[in-house]
Amino acid sequence: MHVIENGNVAAALGVKLCRAGVIAAYPITPQTPVTEKLSEYVESGELQAQYIPVESEHSALAVCIAASSAGARVFTATSANGLLYKHEQVQWAAGARLPIVMAVVNRAVGAPWNVWNDQQDSISQRDTGWIQIYCADHQQILDSVIKAYWLAEKASLPIMVCYDGYILSHTYMPFDLPEQEKVDAFLPPYRPDYALDPDQPANLNTVTLPDVRMDVRGELAHGYMEIRCLLHEDMRKFLQTVAEAEERFSRIFGRSENPYLEPYRCDDADHIAVGLGSITYQLRVCVDALRSEGVKVGVMGVRLYRPFPDRAIAEALKGKKRVMVFEKALSYGYEGALYSDLKSALYEHLAGTGSLPAVQNFIAGIGGRDIRTQELTDALRFAAQGHTAPEPVWIGLKL
Amino acid sequence: MGTRNYRRKTSHSEPGAGDGGRTGSWRVERPVLNPELCIPCKRNKEACFICWLFCPEVVISRTIPPQIDLTYCKGCGICAEECPTKAITMMDEALFSAKAKE
Repeated sequence: MHVIENGNVAAALGVKLCRAGVIAAYPITPQTPVTEKLSEYVESGELQAQYIPVESEHSALAVCIAASSAGARVFTATSANGLLYKHEQVQWAAGARLPIVMAVVNRAVGAPWNVWNDQQDSISQRDTGWIQIYCADHQQILDSVIKAYWLAEKASLPIMVCYDGYILSHTYMPFDLPEQEKVDAFLPPYRPDYALDPDQPANLNTVTLPDVRMDVRGELAHGYMEIRCLLHEDMRKFLQTVAEAEERFSRIFGRSENPYLEPYRCDDADHIAVGLGSITYQLRVCVDALRSEGVKVGVMGVRLYRPFPDRAIAEALKGKKRVMVFEKALSYGYEGALYSDLKSALYEHLAGTGSLPAVQNFIAGIGGRDIRTQELTDALRFAAQGHTAPEPVWIGLKL
Repeated sequence: MGTRNYRRKTSHSEPGAGDGGRTGSWRVERPVLNPELCIPCKRNKEACFICWLFCPEVVISRTIPPQIDLTYCKGCGICAEECPTKAITMMDEALFSAKAKE
């Protein structure tokens, strides 16, 4: 069924279709409508779930951690400083290997206080052991939530579904709402290996020594380092799991996409623009304009940021002349995090092959600064002409 | 030999001795019991057991004489502090390792 709704409702519909059993969230702009919509579904009985109001984002994730440990399918959502406030529990959820799905409605972080869109919030959580999926339209938001539950439960890893505040969260777009039966066929009920059980008491995630130890059954159990190494290994294996999910999704829903990258006019392109989220769709307009000028340029959205699909990215960019990375976040004191990661992937897979593209970083839309398509096109044209700058170039800056 | 095939990927401990690891290795001082001062030992009766009651690691047995499980005793000294007859003395762990070497 086709519906016209905003991005936050697309996320809430996905959660409802996935039959989440426990929802806990604290309102923060621009995420608030997701949780409002879910509380309506719970209140009306459309969604059989416990909606737990909490006094903070930290508690919201703590509730999800507890409920997930007890075997429930859980959901939370947040933005900006709310996500930062959750940070300690964000790390915890990953180490505890809980399949929590969290929508991050991207917004700039304070100080100074700012409620508009950029991606500094989720990018700052890059190294927490969570999967990060970025969406560029409402269909992707809905589909990503559905896929995220299957993936999280398959891999025992928590997942952030990230989408740009306002640009996606508050704008209306048509999208296909799948039938409940299809979602049920795709996503079986959550059956964890172990769920909190008074008949099988256990301490979860207590002090774990630097070295391995014998457990009460006399088996050699992990130390902290083994548990953390397994987290990393399973994050890397997720690159295969995500392909498996895509195959399963396309079989049931009849549509599929590349789970790592979303290329547009890249095949014959000399230059590729790269980004995360809605900016990549805006860049399509720039690409079309430049193509009409004869500049062979394409744009590639990165859908999965953690684990980083390094090989797929290097493969897609191999032999291109230039790569321009447009980011709404940066690692202060160096450059955009995606740019660093992308260069690392190119070095790893293409160094010495003679097919390393030149690279340039652009920073745009920080704190909701308007990203004008003309400015974006000019930046792309400038870089395609071979102009480079040693530092990231800020688009639309008025200093 | 590693933990690659261990049945879980998290820290998951079940009730039982030592699931927090061999914490006896943390000990700097060792509790040593003098049966000539210990009430249950002197009377040969189940009595006192203040040490058993206070031990936060549950490593002292309710027996005559009370046994201290040095595999898990962290050497906190609470038993020595609480013993009403001063029957338990905390001694430098190095004395025992030096003896072992001799």
